Amino acid sequence: MNKLNSKIPEGPLAQKWSNYKDHINLVNPANKRKLDIIVVGTGLAGASAAASLGALGFKVKAFCYQDSSRRAHSIAAQGGINASKNYQNDGDSVYRLFYDTIKGGDYRAREANVYRLAEVSGNIIDQSVALGVPFAREYGGLLDNRSFGGAQVSRTFYARGQTGQQLLLGAYSALSRQVKLGNVELFERHEMLDVVLVEGRARGIIARNLVDGNIERYSAHAVILATGGYGNVFFLSTNAMGSNTTAIWKAFKRGALFGNPCFTQIHPTCIPVHGDYQSKLTLMSESLRNDGRIWVPKRKEDVEALRHGKMKPKDISEENRDYYLERRYPAFGNLVPRDVASRAAKERCDAGFGVGETGLAVFLDFAASIKRLGKSTIEERYGNLFQMYYKIVNEDPYENPMMIYPAVHYTMGGLWVDYELQSTIPGLFVAGEANFSDHGANRLGASALMQGLADGYFVLPYTMQNYLADQINVPRFKTDLPEFDAAESAVNAQIQKLMNIKGNKTADHFHKQLGKIMWEYVGMGRNKAGLEKAVEQIRQVKADFWKDLKIPGETTELNPELEKAGRIADFLELGELMAMDALNREESCGGHFREEYQTPEGEAMRNDEKYMYVAAWEFKGENSVPEMHKEALKYESIEVKQRNYK
Amino acid sequence: MNFTLKIWRQKNAKAKGKFVTYKLNDISSNCSFLEMLDILNEQLVLKGDEPVAFDHDCREGICGTCSLYINGHPHGPDTAVTTCQLHMRKFRDGDTIVVEPWRAKPFPVIKDLIVNRNAFDQIIQAGGFISVNTGGIPDANAILIPKEDADYSMDAAACIGCGACVAACKNASAMLFVAAKVSHLALLPQGKAEASDRVQAMVRKMDELGFGNCTNTGACEAECPKQISITNIARMNREFLGAKVGSQKKRVSSGGGF
Ligand code: FES
Repeated sequence: MNKLNSKIPEGPLAQKWSNYKDHINLVNPANKRKLDIIVVGTGLAGASAAASLGALGFKVKAFCYQDSSRRAHSIAAQGGINASKNYQNDGDSVYRLFYDTIKGGDYRAREANVYRLAEVSGNIIDQSVALGVPFAREYGGLLDNRSFGGAQVSRTFYARGQTGQQLLLGAYSALSRQVKLGNVELFERHEMLDVVLVEGRARGIIARNLVDGNIERYSAHAVILATGGYGNVFFLSTNAMGSNTTAIWKAFKRGALFGNPCFTQIHPTCIPVHGDYQSKLTLMSESLRNDGRIWVPKRKEDVEALRHGKMKPKDISEENRDYYLERRYPAFGNLVPRDVASRAAKERCDAGFGVGETGLAVFLDFAASIKRLGKSTIEERYGNLFQMYYKIVNEDPYENPMMIYPAVHYTMGGLWVDYELQSTIPGLFVAGEANFSDHGANRLGASALMQGLADGYFVLPYTMQNYLADQINVPRFKTDLPEFDAAESAVNAQIQKLMNIKGNKTADHFHKQLGKIMWEYVGMGRNKAGLEKAVEQIRQVKADFWKDLKIPGETTELNPELEKAGRIADFLELGELMAMDALNREESCGGHFREEYQTPEGEAMRNDEKYMYVAAWEFKGENSVPEMHKEALKYESIEVKQRNYK
Repeated sequence: MNFTLKIWRQKNAKAKGKFVTYKLNDISSNCSFLEMLDILNEQLVLKGDEPVAFDHDCREGICGTCSLYINGHPHGPDTAVTTCQLHMRKFRDGDTIVVEPWRAKPFPVIKDLIVNRNAFDQIIQAGGFISVNTGGIPDANAILIPKEDADYSMDAAACIGCGACVAACKNASAMLFVAAKVSHLALLPQGKAEASDRVQAMVRKMDELGFGNCTNTGACEAECPKQISITNIARMNREFLGAKVGSQKKRVSSGGGF
């Protein structure tokens, strides 16, 4: 039997969501307060879900590993949030946002989910404004928009370069209000280490209190994982240091299927790597591509002269510059989607035209815009990003072009969910970046914030009621059930096992090794031989890790090395699955570029006949090969085409 | 570059802390301050010592997790940056660098350089929000907001809640933090309805949690990594006085929970 029932509602695409909402089961107010929901993660998806479910009257427990729920990594999103408001009267619509998202994802996302996302996108803006998010305004007092990659309309709302921060603080304030009203209880500095199943349903979690090391049990009628992406499997990424895969990985091992693990987004505009002590990469918002032009020198001698400081970028004349995105993609120019822009940068650098110390960088140049619009306009639009760049690189981007290079930014893959955002474990819901659902093989800029908030504010409050409607007679769960005992012992056993290795190398040592393998073989360009090598090498690192890891300190105190080790143990397993998934998918689509499958011009070549499906992997036990299930993708309202941004 | 580090070590909330001195050599000037601590920690772990515990997450100056009182300044000697954005090129080769946690009664030390800033969350929970539930909201463009108001509101909303203002203040006052939130919301038409209740509830909570009084020294503004202006404090004081005058009305909270 097929494990994957996507539960897409009947009816024409545009009516599916209203049909669904009209026919679901609801929970009456008196019963809501008898039902408990656990939310893990307090980023955009988690905070908005917890606040909305709390406001409906459910009793919510929200967990985060950070010291405050306001600090989840959604806060770092810079550029903006898409919504099909068509305020600019430039031809935008729900359909067009839906279309752009499906196309941007290279026809590997589920039609019905994406349409719903586009449909509720406008409500997110209304909701956020009502909560006090200070979006940018025009002089007349109306909301301002900018354009982003992969779109020909201006539909991106923004709050300077801190859109994620402002949206998250909006959701956090709604969450704080529910705390005050007694509907939400917060557990900060708590890391989820397992999900507990009772009679096949998700009924609780095991969490470690990161301050005193206590292993704690929490029960609920349903559990939501909103724990973000797993980009840190690459060690260097734009993710926060603590971002990890543990919550979704443990759920995978308890039976939740993992969808499209190899779909990774490499963001084209990040500050290049500069030294081996480097701990993370910093993104420069894609919005910069609105006014910045990307180029490298046309001539190798200029590349050399730049590297030896004999020449400055501005000394290179126009005809000796290669604005390669404008050259290759005249219709979209510098605003092609991220995967296309990243690959094009890699192509130029591999061909020897890269700039900077390492040759792994391209220019992002604002000189023309500064001339056209004035420095103050550029400063108003991007001031904080320019300042950030200056502080890191120690070079003034108003004077010299920025240097940028692609870096790991986002993971489209994640736990497989149906239309209701429910995983293959009943009662376990997954929201935001942690699920696989809406972005296919490539996410468009300014769509992550949209998806996180759509899931939390507008989808889960309906779908969870539908699930919980027949649970009203199930009394609150006790945590002394044998299932909790077993899960807690498993968590303790893993911690002891890690502590007892008593080897000679730090957790970071192994993380860096893993990251190098992933970047080399499971990064921007992938091929069969490389991926096979990756699987082999990851297994070796994993074996070394379990033999030679060293963790100082005790388990019963705040112990950052122990926290890291637990996360890396899971990354090591996930990395192997990502490589296997990439091996299986013998086509190129979106961010997944198999070098064997490209057009003569070097564009990604899909194979719709064989691979128009979601690969959903099932855990089959330690050291056994996971089993792949397929969810076939059907496009009824959209014509499937070769992506073309020319 | 070579450095001598004097770092506050404290096993847990109850233990007595002390400074411990470490030598660290061959650090690149392009290294960030936290990467420098990573290198120190790697060396400590390999020697079998416990690494220095410090708070950090985004490492790009936006989450507000990192702290550290460095050579007498919250977030160190550079201006308008958080500790995670501070680079070693801001120091001289051979410098001695003193690293302490935030020192303020409402921010008790958890371990080494990590403090508990939960008090800030409690202040927001007391009233730092606009009371709307999810859904049923009119179109976002139904309210016009003059660009200037939105810009001032955004200036205040840029606060990252790191606590540097409290650490910088000799009275451990949280006025700048509270004023930033009060201003952010009071400057917007959506936030006006509850403005007076909000400011009173937040100030009451702040006092209750043991934060000190503001004596207008301006240290908070000078050290704020996001350059939040103390004019916000003046605005909050106006809101607060206005609120007191009209505070007789009773309100029943609506929505949320049954
Ligand atoms: S670590 Fe996020 S602001 Fe410094």
